Amino acid sequence: MTTATGRSAGTGADEKPEHSADRTRRFGPGTPLRAAAGFALAAIVLFAVAPLVLGDFRLNLLAKYLCLAIVAVGIGLAWGRGGMLALGQGVFFGLGGYAMAMHLKLADAGPGNLPDFMQLYGQIDKLPWWWEPFANPVFALAATVLLPVFVAFLLGSLVFRRRVRGAYFAILSQALAAALAIYLIGEQGTTGGTNGLTDIQGFFGFRLDDPLNQRAVYFIIAACLLLMLALVRQLMHSRYGELLVAVRDAEERVRFLGYDPANVKLVAYMVAAGMAGLAGALFVPAVGIISPALIGVVPSIEFVIGVALGGRATLIGPVLGAIAVAWAKTTLSEQFPAAWTYLQGLLFVIFLAFLPNGLASVAGLVRRRRPAPADRKAAQPKSVPLTAETGGAGQ
Amino acid sequence: MFRVRGRRIAACAAVVATAMTLASCGSRVDQSSSSTAATGAVDASGTTIKVGLLNSLSGTMAISEVTVKNALMLAVDEINAAGGVLGKKIEPVSEDGASDWPTFAEKAQKLISQDRVAAVFGCWTSASRKAVKPVFEKNKALLFYPVQYEGLEQSPYIYYTGATTNQQIVPALDYLKAQGKTSLYLVGSDYVFPRTANKIIKAYADANGMKVLGEDYAPLGSTEFSTITNKVKAAGAGAVFNTLNGDSNVAFFKEYKSAGLTADKMPVLSVSIAEEEVKSIGTQYLADQLTAWNYYQTTPGAANEKFVKAYKAKYGEDKPTSDPMEAAYVSVYLWKAMVEKAGAFDVEKVKAAGAAGDITFDAPEGKVTVDGPTQHVHKTARIGKIGSDGLINEVWNSGEPIKPDPYLKDYAWAKSLA
Repeated sequence: MTTATGRSAGTGADEKPEHSADRTRRFGPGTPLRAAAGFALAAIVLFAVAPLVLGDFRLNLLAKYLCLAIVAVGIGLAWGRGGMLALGQGVFFGLGGYAMAMHLKLADAGPGNLPDFMQLYGQIDKLPWWWEPFANPVFALAATVLLPVFVAFLLGSLVFRRRVRGAYFAILSQALAAALAIYLIGEQGTTGGTNGLTDIQGFFGFRLDDPLNQRAVYFIIAACLLLMLALVRQLMHSRYGELLVAVRDAEERVRFLGYDPANVKLVAYMVAAGMAGLAGALFVPAVGIISPALIGVVPSIEFVIGVALGGRATLIGPVLGAIAVAWAKTTLSEQFPAAWTYLQGLLFVIFLAFLPNGLASVAGLVRRRRPAPADRKAAQPKSVPLTAETGGAGQ
Repeated sequence: MFRVRGRRIAACAAVVATAMTLASCGSRVDQSSSSTAATGAVDASGTTIKVGLLNSLSGTMAISEVTVKNALMLAVDEINAAGGVLGKKIEPVSEDGASDWPTFAEKAQKLISQDRVAAVFGCWTSASRKAVKPVFEKNKALLFYPVQYEGLEQSPYIYYTGATTNQQIVPALDYLKAQGKTSLYLVGSDYVFPRTANKIIKAYADANGMKVLGEDYAPLGSTEFSTITNKVKAAGAGAVFNTLNGDSNVAFFKEYKSAGLTADKMPVLSVSIAEEEVKSIGTQYLADQLTAWNYYQTTPGAANEKFVKAYKAKYGEDKPTSDPMEAAYVSVYLWKAMVEKAGAFDVEKVKAAGAAGDITFDAPEGKVTVDGPTQHVHKTARIGKIGSDGLINEVWNSGEPIKPDPYLKDYAWAKSLA
């Protein structure tokens, strides 16, 4: 068990590390100023640099990567900080995505009409009752986040209270992802089956085939990502964040201290589910499709791979990891259409073998190589919040 | 103090973000697009002309789709050797759809807007076609789709060179009826094509006095068929109509044979087993079972002899040719004929050339004609029997090419379907 609790060690600006020089205190890891600078930098990159540098097509791809990054931020909280290996985030991604796509399909069809695929495959004359509320935009938007949160609440309350942990929890969440995908495929007439919901024309009154609107969708997604990062940072640096790390590292001790670990975990799991739902909802206008292939076992694992590569216990690691994995997938498969899967596998192996703490740990490695100033030495181990030995996965 | 400054920066960022988002709003649903053809129109400026090949080179569909890509490459090479199209050599740009539908959509967009290809050839599963359909319609770009499918579709930017239902499933049912079969058992993989095909089969059976004794679906890739086989055996149907896809066929036919069911007791008519699949399932399990396609490697004719010979010379003596490969090969030649008639690579001109219904090609399966209104192809239906040599021998054909009817408008019994 580790005693390191990462950046959460310094919770506020007023809590000054004793030995550090003035510059470090203001701008050291975890200080609000540094975080604000990081956010400003990210905002400049996402809102100014990317739209100027990238063409419509590449920007649209980036929008897709950012959706996956939003899922990753949630997994980073649940897995990296909370030790819950959430291998079934596809479920929540899918719930959010389908909720959004159902509304957009109904809006495309117009009031009183059935969506196109129902007329083709459904052989029904009336909208199924569970589709009807999604015609209301407010309900649909709320459902994209609240539905996943509710499902996570049900599942989490059952599982965490019974102290299901580690591999059992991971298997359970995988099974749920598989079950949802199989259900959606089976109900072809009302869910679109394997095809999923495609051919979405409008987005709340705006045409999706207009590049300007695609750009607006990108900006919305980028703003959501920054918002989610800010939310998770607040959580990580709060008392709750410390409690979550404590539950990850020594659940029994936390229980003896009088806290209920089940509740602590449940909150992180619900937040992660809500983020996956939001990401799924944003994915629909960006990519134009949601299908069972996006929510089953394989995509659920891919979400986690990105987080693992990026560094699961850090704030920015999962984001970088998710974007890097998705970007590598696109680039490799464009360059080497016949061999990219091998290259991708090789990359995963290399990364996990040499950087078990992910991309975000590169900074720490570089810092360690450099002869550290005397006043920094004390703070050194804290920059690596989760070491490989303590691994959240096996607990 | 720093916290306050951080918040101020964050607030500024939020304001800027909102402003940019609002400023960049484009046209609304009731308006037409504010910027037309924003992504690439066809780039015909070079000495070569690019076309896209969009097939799954990885994932579960790779085994089938790689053969389609091979056939497409064969056609491209032949056309280039003969001087190209309108004096330009074809430059194929291959992309991997990875058996994943959103990836298909992404790669289709890439081919259109980055490579600015004149046309895209590929896709296999209906799900991948449904995923790319809006991409092609949005960009006003052309897709040639080479696989038999479940019909009920007619996109203005897709040419369908495989069979629709009235060129494969309906003739197969006619054949079974003529053989005196009065009851059917339906077995299929759980996705759109089998479920839609079975709806059509049930409507046909109702109208023609046939009984459907059972209908079972296995998940794609499933290899557990003892339950389904037992149900089939217990039902004692006249024939089994099989719409299973891929690996599942291997398990199904092994189980079928070990249950003591044979082709003369209860024949299985399959619509997704071609020469390539016969090889992987094993002829001992498939002997004398039936298939329905528009082309077999054994189809007679000089055009087919040339095609089979050229394919084997390029990819190996042991490589069979199959219906989807032939349809893919044909699609490149049909595109070439349309471009040459139009005298340009421009998509709308090519479509106009195809609309007249006089685009033909002496294909390995016989003469094929592009149907103007539906953008499908007139094709001859063929029922085949699988021989012990792994090839499929024709036992019946429709005599002449059948006019494509994707919505089955000319069939009274299909009124309730669309």
